[in-house]
Amino acid sequence: MAQVTMRVWRGDASGGDFETFTIEQNDGEVVLDVIHRIQATEAPDLACRWNCKAGKCGSCSAEINGKPRLMCMTRLDTLPAGPVTVTPMKTFPIIRDLVTDVSFNYVQAAKVPAFMPPPMPEGGYRMFQEDVARGQEFRKCIECFMCQDVCHVIRDHEDNKTHYAGPRFFIRYAELEMHPLDQNDRRDLIREDMGLGYCNITKCCTEVCPEHIKITDNAIIPLKERIVDAHYDPVAWLGRKIRRKPKTSAADAAVQPAP
Amino acid sequence: MSEPYEHHEYDVLIIGAGGAGLRAAIEAKQRGLSVGIVSKSLLGKAHTVMAEGGIAAAMGNVHSEDNWMVHFRDTMRGGKYLNNYRMAELHAKEAPDRVWELEQWGALFDRTKDGKILQRDFGGHRYARLAHVGDRTGLELIRTLQQKVVSMGADVFMECKVLQLVHDAEGRIAGCVGYWRATGEFITFQAKTVILATGGIGKSWKFTSNSWESTGDGHAMALWAGANLIDMECVQFHPTGMVWPLSVRGLLVTESVRGDGGVLRNSLGERFMFNYIPEMFRAETADSEEEGDKWYDDHNAGRRPPELLPRDEVARAINSEVKAGRGSPHGGVFLDIASRRTPEFIRRRLPSMYHQFMELAGVDITREAMEIGPTCHYMMGGVQVNADSQETVVPGLFAAGEVGGGMHGANRLGGNSLSDLVVFGRRAGIGAAEYIASGQAATTFNQSEVDAAIDAALAPLSRESGENPYDIQHDLQEMMQANVGIIRNAEELAEATKKLDEFTERVKNISVKGTRVYNPGWNLATDLPAMITVCKSVTLGATLRKESRGGHTREDFPNPSPEFGKINLAQSSDGGTWDSPINVVESPILILPDDLKALLEETK
Repeated sequence: MAQVTMRVWRGDASGGDFETFTIEQNDGEVVLDVIHRIQATEAPDLACRWNCKAGKCGSCSAEINGKPRLMCMTRLDTLPAGPVTVTPMKTFPIIRDLVTDVSFNYVQAAKVPAFMPPPMPEGGYRMFQEDVARGQEFRKCIECFMCQDVCHVIRDHEDNKTHYAGPRFFIRYAELEMHPLDQNDRRDLIREDMGLGYCNITKCCTEVCPEHIKITDNAIIPLKERIVDAHYDPVAWLGRKIRRKPKTSAADAAVQPAP
Repeated sequence: MSEPYEHHEYDVLIIGAGGAGLRAAIEAKQRGLSVGIVSKSLLGKAHTVMAEGGIAAAMGNVHSEDNWMVHFRDTMRGGKYLNNYRMAELHAKEAPDRVWELEQWGALFDRTKDGKILQRDFGGHRYARLAHVGDRTGLELIRTLQQKVVSMGADVFMECKVLQLVHDAEGRIAGCVGYWRATGEFITFQAKTVILATGGIGKSWKFTSNSWESTGDGHAMALWAGANLIDMECVQFHPTGMVWPLSVRGLLVTESVRGDGGVLRNSLGERFMFNYIPEMFRAETADSEEEGDKWYDDHNAGRRPPELLPRDEVARAINSEVKAGRGSPHGGVFLDIASRRTPEFIRRRLPSMYHQFMELAGVDITREAMEIGPTCHYMMGGVQVNADSQETVVPGLFAAGEVGGGMHGANRLGGNSLSDLVVFGRRAGIGAAEYIASGQAATTFNQSEVDAAIDAALAPLSRESGENPYDIQHDLQEMMQANVGIIRNAEELAEATKKLDEFTERVKNISVKGTRVYNPGWNLATDLPAMITVCKSVTLGATLRKESRGGHTREDFPNPSPEFGKINLAQSSDGGTWDSPINVVESPILILPDDLKALLEETK
């Protein structure tokens, strides 16, 4: 029987260390299978999140050999030979072992101004496939939060979490902005409070997305363009002047047109 | 129990944050009630995300001939007439409005050429009826409802496990007790109404499409609290689960593969479903490959192919082919869409299936056939409710979605689950509001029930030695798979009954290592009493229903019996604890009014 050596980070907010398990591995197994085998045998209290085990729910995110991956979709036979290292997502506070406190994302979700359509006509809205397809790409998001985990704006700067929504929510805002029926204008909010300008389009989020959503190219860059257009449009500028005092922030300074 | 714990009070407490729970929450919030939602997982991870193919609603966007009456008929026939007709009627009538409502809350369904919501074909539905988003419709549903709930500001208690319901002094429901998974600290909820929306039970079988959460908590808690469970023998084995690699055996392969043109073949390359067309569906099923193939392009040019018979028929046929030695190398049969549709079509219509097979099995479904076999998927049986209000016999207790019983009869049609969630989730929210308005709600809270539940939950942590909960779960899954699977007989059911008594004793001797802080071993120990209760209930129902009907197949009673077709088996707890005996009575099914009966008799 084949065996695999797993180095699994164990601990809590006060600290921790790697624990090594050498455990049976069967054909075709994914990392989550051997984590489950460790739970069922050597360490029943090993904490990890999971639900669907099919790459659809986004619960089992972790860093495998240093890279954010879904444990349920990472086949062991695709990893280099040698020990497999599994650590919790770095950007979020540890609860225990591989489980992190992802409440940051739920706080951000609560800040999103709701979808606002016109009243529905008899027999339902009419929308065309090419118009809904843009939003559908973003609605594939399974909320694994790996794009948030890998985004260095918050990964390396904890203090940015108060004024930066992160890639997961930029695709949510992009989806709403591009929704054929939505009538809510969130552009000022995105620029001023959600910190879109901090993103300097390094595409780390796109690289880790298990749904292959083109987060940077299809959501963040178009969103930046829309906001820049709105911000520097003289009529919009005048309107803003009358409504409220203009803000100067690091976010403004970082807003830049797409390459 | 002296340890202090959190206590919260709500008008409506909802247990479960899948489609039914979230839809109930929206309704109750819209009616001005205070709402708490308790979820074992994070918000948005509920098993609803696993639904792939679509949500059934007779909107008539693709076939204008479709209407609620045809949907009602299809649902009742699919359920082999064991359904609560009133639920099937309400469901068929209200599903279109619930789908349009989702669109008003931001859902983006696939479109027809003229901009309406596109609908796809599915097993047992006469017309293309499933509104969908590729093959990730459940995700769209959960995300839409989740975003709506968040925008309304309901309180969501995430990763919080409910152990038991709590009554008042008069026996009405008054709330529940549970614990936070992250800390292991206990928490109580006092509420005027409790809506169970806890989903299914499939985790007690070895090969299942269900996640760790589907341990039947709501079914069990309702039984313990005094409610009745019906049709518990009716467990759906979905015909198409993955069979290889072993680690993903049971993982769902959407029925949309067949709806979009995929066919089933045995190891001889035969489309064997033509040999398994039951009399009941013969008049509406194609009898040649040529006729079936024409139907995909034009539903008037031929009858539907037998691959799109209801799930119970297809699952049994696959089982028979494998038993006859005509299976695939890993013990399933072949599901082939590669030879029938272009790679572009397959990738566009079935993106997550493409991804799932490519990543997990190394199979390119645009080039090769998939190997599939039946997997434990859905619980038709559940808490007996009033069809209009979803109220149980216990005042203040409601149930909606998979935990509820009656809607699907002996077999559920694909696509009728997502619509069930939103139709009856909404109705449960209305039912709860009306119950509260009537002024009958509980005002006291039985503390001794709380104390007993906490003591029971802590017991495994205090035992110095005993059994590993994972060993018990593993053995339970093996046992249920072997003895209470897709085909049953008296001997195996008797074996299961005996074994379940042994499992009861084993659960009383669980010992858990570690602390209460995010400890999956302890969490499993607290799930096992519900799993045992539900397995006993399924086994009991299966033993007593001496016929074959829908999801319940008895080798020793291979045909439906007219007598059993008139009754549901209603189970109740004799003692109210997880190890109490279960009583069974024959509960006559509701008699259809003549106008609805006429719809069933139409053969057109």
